[in-house]
Amino acid sequence: MSKEILTIVTGVVLGTVSRFWMMRRDFRQYPSYPHAVVTHLALGFVAATLGAVAIPALAAKEYTAVTFLALAATQFREVRTMEREMLAALEQSALVSRGPDFIEGIARTFEARNYLVVFVSLAASLATHLFSVIPGVIAGIVAMALVRHFMQGKLIGDVARVRPGRLHFEGANLFVDDIHIMNLGLKETHKVYEEYGRAVVIEPIDDNAREILANVGQRQAIAHEVASLLGVRRDVDTAEFTPLLRRNVKTGRVGMVIVPIEPDMECLLEAVKNVPVLESSFVKPLASKAGYCASD
Amino acid sequence: MEVSITKAILAAVTTTRDERITGVPVFYAETEEEMVEMSVILSRVMEAVAHDMGNGVYIIVKH
Repeated sequence: MSKEILTIVTGVVLGTVSRFWMMRRDFRQYPSYPHAVVTHLALGFVAATLGAVAIPALAAKEYTAVTFLALAATQFREVRTMEREMLAALEQSALVSRGPDFIEGIARTFEARNYLVVFVSLAASLATHLFSVIPGVIAGIVAMALVRHFMQGKLIGDVARVRPGRLHFEGANLFVDDIHIMNLGLKETHKVYEEYGRAVVIEPIDDNAREILANVGQRQAIAHEVASLLGVRRDVDTAEFTPLLRRNVKTGRVGMVIVPIEPDMECLLEAVKNVPVLESSFVKPLASKAGYCASD
Repeated sequence: MEVSITKAILAAVTTTRDERITGVPVFYAETEEEMVEMSVILSRVMEAVAHDMGNGVYIIVKH
């Protein structure tokens, strides 16, 4: 087999494998099986091919071939739009919506993963071109590990302490510890909350975390994730049992109420801790002079 | 930009025959129990939430 073909094949295979590896179809079952998975694998294959042909093209002094990568960028932006539009359309039929920030985060991840595939296949094909197939495969695997390591986001459990809260009513107002959640008129609703409702308090560990939890999209993401893990005791006509997260403006603590179908507190805390911190809500006021001196 | 109403008071339910409630449909109940029952039905039908105003008036709010 000619060296060019070998280079391209190594890059394509490693790139496609990396796309498969990056597709974490955990409890969210997203991308949905089988069609969305096939779509993304196919796009991953396209991305891997683009990355793999770049090195042989450069070696053959076909410098204009690199403009293909610009085409890839346009193509992958389409992926982002496609994901965003689809998730936004599905939002209306979800009992607890994901919220625009979560959707944007997912869409951005799908776009970015294609660029990462280009990077992996580029690394694999470069090493194959310079040395041989085995170093090429090793380079691809190292690139995958790097991608996995650096693309790992934080979880709510990393930025906040999550503990059980005390759910109680003062008149018609529902509170979690000292955090006002909402006004609920009906006694029947109060009874359901008192019997089946569970409350969690999320305490930010520093000022960075406080601003993360202040983000409404982040809180909606927590509500969505927890509701999809533990179930939610509501239907379309009982809007009052929608899980809600409200913030104490003085302390930055966030109180959450949910009426889960599975009322295990341990599992609830675990579910909250494992919610990803959204890229769009991640801020670092402590990294600035003003933010740092204001924190005391 | 798309503009839509996300929160709206759909109706008010009260036992006090108070004429100050205007601008929304008002449902009058004879007793406290009837008011609660009407609020439940209205909130279920409208897929909304009944809130207690604290002065004998319940409002049905779409969130």
